[in-house]
Amino acid sequence: MSHVKKFVARNAVPILFAIVCLLGVYYAKMPGQFLFMEIVKRMARNSFLVLSLIIPVVAGMGLNFGIVLGALAGQIALILSTHWEWAGIGGLALTALLATPMAVVFGMLAGTVLNKAKGREMITSMVMGFFANGIYQFVFLFLVGTVIPFENEALRISTSPGLRNTVNLSRIRGALDNIWTIQYGFTKIPIVTFLIIALLAIAIWAFFKTKLGQDFRAVGQDRHIAGVAGIQTDRNRVLAIVFSTVLAAWGQIIFLQNIGTLNTYNSHEQVGTFAIAALLIGGASVTRATIGQALMGTFLFHLLFVVSPSAGQAIFGSAQVGEYFRVFVAYGIIAISLALHAWRSKSLVKASMEEDVSA
Amino acid sequence: MSVPVLEMKAISKSFYGNQVLNNINLTVNKGEIHCLVGENGAGKSTLMNILFGMSVITDTGGYDGDILINGSSVAFNSPKAAIEAGIGMVHQEFMLLPGFTVTENIKLNREDTKPNVFSRVLGRKMETLNRKKMASDARSALDKLGMSIDEWVPVAGLPVGYLQFVEIAREIDKENLQLLVLDEPTAVLTESEAEQFLTVVQRLADSGISILFITHRLDEVMAVANHITILKDGELVRSGRTGEFTIAQMAELMVGRKVETSGRISSEKREKAKTKVLEVRDLAVDMPGERLRGIDLDVYEGEILGIGGLAGHGKIALANGVMGLYTSRGQVRYQGIDVPLNNPREALNLGLAFVSEDRRGVGLVLEDSIANNIVLTSMQTQEKFLKPGPLKLKDQKQITAHALESIERFDIRCTGPEQIVRRLSGGNQQKVCIARAFTQNPKLLFVSEPTRGIDVGAKSRVLELIVELNRMGVTVVITSSELAELRSISDRIAIIYEGKLSGILAPDAPDVEYGLLMAGKSLEEVGIGERQTN
Repeated sequence: MSHVKKFVARNAVPILFAIVCLLGVYYAKMPGQFLFMEIVKRMARNSFLVLSLIIPVVAGMGLNFGIVLGALAGQIALILSTHWEWAGIGGLALTALLATPMAVVFGMLAGTVLNKAKGREMITSMVMGFFANGIYQFVFLFLVGTVIPFENEALRISTSPGLRNTVNLSRIRGALDNIWTIQYGFTKIPIVTFLIIALLAIAIWAFFKTKLGQDFRAVGQDRHIAGVAGIQTDRNRVLAIVFSTVLAAWGQIIFLQNIGTLNTYNSHEQVGTFAIAALLIGGASVTRATIGQALMGTFLFHLLFVVSPSAGQAIFGSAQVGEYFRVFVAYGIIAISLALHAWRSKSLVKASMEEDVSA
Repeated sequence: MSVPVLEMKAISKSFYGNQVLNNINLTVNKGEIHCLVGENGAGKSTLMNILFGMSVITDTGGYDGDILINGSSVAFNSPKAAIEAGIGMVHQEFMLLPGFTVTENIKLNREDTKPNVFSRVLGRKMETLNRKKMASDARSALDKLGMSIDEWVPVAGLPVGYLQFVEIAREIDKENLQLLVLDEPTAVLTESEAEQFLTVVQRLADSGISILFITHRLDEVMAVANHITILKDGELVRSGRTGEFTIAQMAELMVGRKVETSGRISSEKREKAKTKVLEVRDLAVDMPGERLRGIDLDVYEGEILGIGGLAGHGKIALANGVMGLYTSRGQVRYQGIDVPLNNPREALNLGLAFVSEDRRGVGLVLEDSIANNIVLTSMQTQEKFLKPGPLKLKDQKQITAHALESIERFDIRCTGPEQIVRRLSGGNQQKVCIARAFTQNPKLLFVSEPTRGIDVGAKSRVLELIVELNRMGVTVVITSSELAELRSISDRIAIIYEGKLSGILAPDAPDVEYGLLMAGKSLEEVGIGERQTN
């Protein structure tokens, strides 16, 4: 009995979310085939990005919006690769390679800033994302075509400065997904993409078994104690962010090769919010995140995405209302999960006191 | 005789012109247990920080004197250097990661690793942890201490007593350990745990490791020490073999200090009513670093009750607990009415007033005027200084008048009632706090550390003010780290030790008795016998 209770208490958020999803599935009355197809597509698209968040959480830097910077690095590389007309899986790999040094530099900058804002990483990284977005827009909306010569019909309209609003990524669309697919009903399952996600999951798991991973965990639990033991805390924190931005850059490239078009000024904006939302829904907290939680969260979050318009149509007679409802429910549950985390850490203090007094 | 493991010669240290250590000499021989005894602020921590190369020392201009390890001169500029030289330290607060297992904690940053494919390319940091080797090392360290706990349990669920042993296991797992510094290790242990702990310490010393043992428990000192050094106010009072001291002597040397000649302000004997104003029963307060673990105490009408004790033992938590500022349990009755705990508003409504030890954090709204600070609590809880009507507008005229009167009465040196309190000196800020408490017209006033951080002149004025309030019929409970100050104005002084009431003394009780109570010895135990104090 107490085991069940403990399990429910520990996984309150994913369970709550799963119930909402099941209700949605029930009311949406979608064909199973379609549901399966949508979920497979979205899992392939998003899992990598969500997984990139785990390392900074474990290293004690909270749910880090710094991945927006990584996503920007990925997009910049994609813009360049489109310009140079790189194509196919080779082009995609080259693009990822091109994004890496940029992501490393962004990560180092972000990590340095976050080291100056210890304990306030979440809000700092969020604002940093906005700031980076500003610079990104300045470069690609204003400088390109005025200061930076950049003549390319696919990317620019010659009559005004700046890149096009949407860039067609036809050369690399599906480059990864379509290498090897297995047809299941209507659904084409992109095997290689899932293999890469599995590889990343294994790599993260193995990483935390190494010396560096152990250092990250120690720093994440208590900077002071780790520092006294001789671990270079600041350096480790920067490294954690660099890992995360690099993974996010790759994740964004995988995401966009699946979508096939780049929304030049918007694609990166919701990367942070969506990934963090998915992780929280999976039952992670500001201080704890596992691979299972990341994948489970991605699944649930996107399941709700898929079913909510139809469910809205069935319940309220309007898909639009269903959409509003989804946003309301999804972020409401996230707010609850953050509040639960705060409440739990508070009750922990109380419990330790009870123990102490009775001892 | 062989070369001593550690010699500290003529160590002096000052922080910003303030001498905190003066010409300290300390020698620790191989396999010896050397006890370092002294009040808080005596300089023990500073001395250990110097030995350990902590940044608080190096960043403030270093120290004077020499440190010799095994006869050769060293100067550590980081804890890492000290650790490499074979010095281990068990800190007062636990340096354990709660989410890590016992093994992971013991091996923290000294993990055994084995190479893998990636580490050959990316370097040693990517080597896989050798968990088997780590576990067997941890096991053998735990065995040396006689600990049977599983090496793979997370530290988070372990009883407090075990944590200390895990810390020591971590230190003795370091192969080159020569000198182990134990900073008040038994403070958190129960009696039986402490006993076991001392056996282990003895065993370590027998195996050739030298121990520098900092503690307040004088009976422990007598039980295990080979050599004792007593510090007071940054000076070495006495150092010698254990046989040269008795517990009473140590206590006296530790706290003995001339009571300031300014004399007891409340020297005249007051007729004390025997009515209890406040009854505290089994009060536990979860104040970080100052935890109170269940205390029974009565406060009588019209008295000044002093609360004393060493830092970290919970004396500060009493007032904070009663006033509802920290999570508490237990029972508090004020004039026969139950005071709801964890509810500052209710405590204020009942007419309790509090001058907090955290003057700038809790005591004052720093960016607001003197006048507003003085009336704030009364305005909020008693609806004073408000214009009649449903809107509860401030009555500025009345506020100013009252502020002017308070400035006069409490001798607050300022440019006027509208001056921002941040600009005031510490002493005058404290007077504003007292004025605010007085404005509440309280029957019972808690004052915590009223003279902390203020200059000497203002100190005596603040104490005088408290006595004046008391003469006007306010019962006062004053908490202070300065024993002399408590003894100069209190009628009775309660000493708190490890979150419990150690005893109550008269202000003119001898130094020895204060020393013993602050070190956790009951008076009967050493044969002095409790004095009748009320």
